[in-house]
Formats: sequence, C-alpha cells, structure tokens
Amino acid sequence: MNVVPLEGKILKENDRVAAELRARFQEHGILCLNLVSSPGAGKTSLLERTLESFAPGERVAVLTGDIQTDNDAVRLARAGFPVQQITTGGTCHLDARMIEKALAAWNLEELDLLLIENVGNLVCPSNYDLGEAAKVVVLSVAEGEDKPLKYPAMFFRSELLILNKVDLLPHVPFDLRQARANAQRVHPGIEILEVSSLTGEGLPRWRDWLQARRAALRRSLAAP
Amino acid sequence: MHELAIANSVLEAARTEAEKRPGMRLAKIVVRIGDLAGVDADSLSFCYEALVKETDLERCALEIERIPQSNECPRCRHNFTVANFEIACPACGSVETRFAGGDELELAYLEMEDA
Repeated sequence: MNVVPLEGKILKENDRVAAELRARFQEHGILCLNLVSSPGAGKTSLLERTLESFAPGERVAVLTGDIQTDNDAVRLARAGFPVQQITTGGTCHLDARMIEKALAAWNLEELDLLLIENVGNLVCPSNYDLGEAAKVVVLSVAEGEDKPLKYPAMFFRSELLILNKVDLLPHVPFDLRQARANAQRVHPGIEILEVSSLTGEGLPRWRDWLQARRAALRRSLAAP
Repeated sequence: MHELAIANSVLEAARTEAEKRPGMRLAKIVVRIGDLAGVDADSLSFCYEALVKETDLERCALEIERIPQSNECPRCRHNFTVANFEIACPACGSVETRFAGGDELELAYLEMEDA
C-alpha cells in the first residue's frame, strides 16, 4: 500500500479562476461584492434601491444569478446601469468561471463597482470564491433569527450582514437583538446594518458603507 | 446540493494523481472537511458513491475527516477546539480569540495498491 499525499483545496480550479479575477479587479480598481442570502430575502430589491441612488454615469455594474429566469435582470436594468443575467440552469450557486465568462462582454476600464447577486441559497455559494473583495449576506426579518446558527459557513465568510425588511418588525416575531447576537457568535466582529428596501430606512448607512469601501480601495491603489 | 460538484472535483484530482503512477490503482481517497465548510459529509459520500458506481473506481473508498473549528488565543497562545461557537479561551478566559481552522475543504492523501 502506497500513501500519496495530496496538496491543496478540493475546489482549486474555481479558486484559481477566482484569484485571476481578484487580480483583474485590483488592476482596474474595481470593488467587487458578492451578495448572498436565502431566496426571497430581498437581494434584488436592495440592489434596485442601490442602483437608483447612484447618479447617471456612476461606474457601476451588476451580475445577477438565477437558476431559471431573467426576471431580476429585467428589474435591475431599469436603473440604466449595465446588468447581465447569469442563468445557471439548475446549478445552486455562481462559480468563478461564470463570472469570468460574463465579464468578457464588458470593458473593465469603465467600471469601479461590480455587484454580484448570487443565487438565493445560504449553503452552496459559501464554497465558491468569485474573486470578490467581500461577501455581504442579506437576512430578512421574515426569516428566523437563528439563521446564522443554522448556516454558519455563510455568516462566517461574510463581512457585512444586512438585516432587511425591518419595516415588517411590528408584524413578525423576529428578535432583532437575538439575530445580532447569533451573527456575532458565529462571526465575532461581523458588521451589521438594519435596512428596509421598501421604506428606505437604513439605506443611507448601506450606501455610506459602500462608499467607504470604494474610498478605501482607491486609497490603497494610490499608495506607493 | 453542491456536494456532487465537490465529489467530482475530488475524483478529478485523484485520477490526475493516479495517472502519474502506472501499475497502481486507487484504494482510498481521504479528504478533510471543516465543520464550517458548509459541506454535508453524508451527502458528499452519497454523491461520490453514485459517481464511482460501475466505474473502475467502484472499489475505491472515500474517507472524510471532519475538522472541528479551532481558535487560537493571542494572549496565552492556547489553541483549542470551539464547540457550539464558544470562542472564549478555556485557558485564560480571554474572549478575543482568533479563528485558526475548521473551514477546510481539502484533499488529504490517496492510498494506492498494486493493480
């Protein structure tokens, strides 16, 4: 019996493509964010509001993943910024190769913010690096406050948690404090914002967060 | 259900390695999966079995080593297993401990025998 040691990650092909994407984003000064959530948490609505808040001419684009339809791309395109639908045809997550393929249609010189809306799923997308600077996980108050404990991998790998649909709080038995504590337990130090894409509550703080990340990237690129 | 894609990647990596060793055949593939990797071990085993069924690798076993989360305490250097997300250092009580492992999704080793 011979034992052959193996090196490396199981998804190393995805990781290799993701590393190439990350280098390209860095080279072009693009902040790339990977938005993840369960289905129906409100990623598309949040992105619609986000795009609407940008002045025409802002260098922003969106890639949106869906298993079957292009409904989200149709909604997002109304804001007038470049949007592409990635239809995975049954696959439960986006992978780096899909992003690479979609980006071939765009001139990266014209972008400095790329928002990726992943397939609604709190499990599988956590394993697939897309070359993003950060994952942002969206959890709506119409779900359970124990989601971070049930899906720790996703919350552990996300830098920011957006608690969405806070306009529903008077109508649902969602314990905001417990949700925050659960997220902190799985990922100590995770940033948390409370927003409502419907009423606009908290959206300025999300926008500030985005702009701060963009500014930090610009500063890091300007530094010698 | 991304375990099928993961099982496929494991098989590809194992086959690539095995092809470098003519005259030997794969007996076992060992992988390391962290508790925070978001991969279900039973589901991965199920997908692997389905993929190798009625192939030359039908008798090659997949062994999954589960890796629990571990943290390290910067204050006293203690490295400890985290159960139930309790990250306070059991040695000195500090709550400012750092993640040290448990999100692995790695190939470990192959066992090969004469064909």
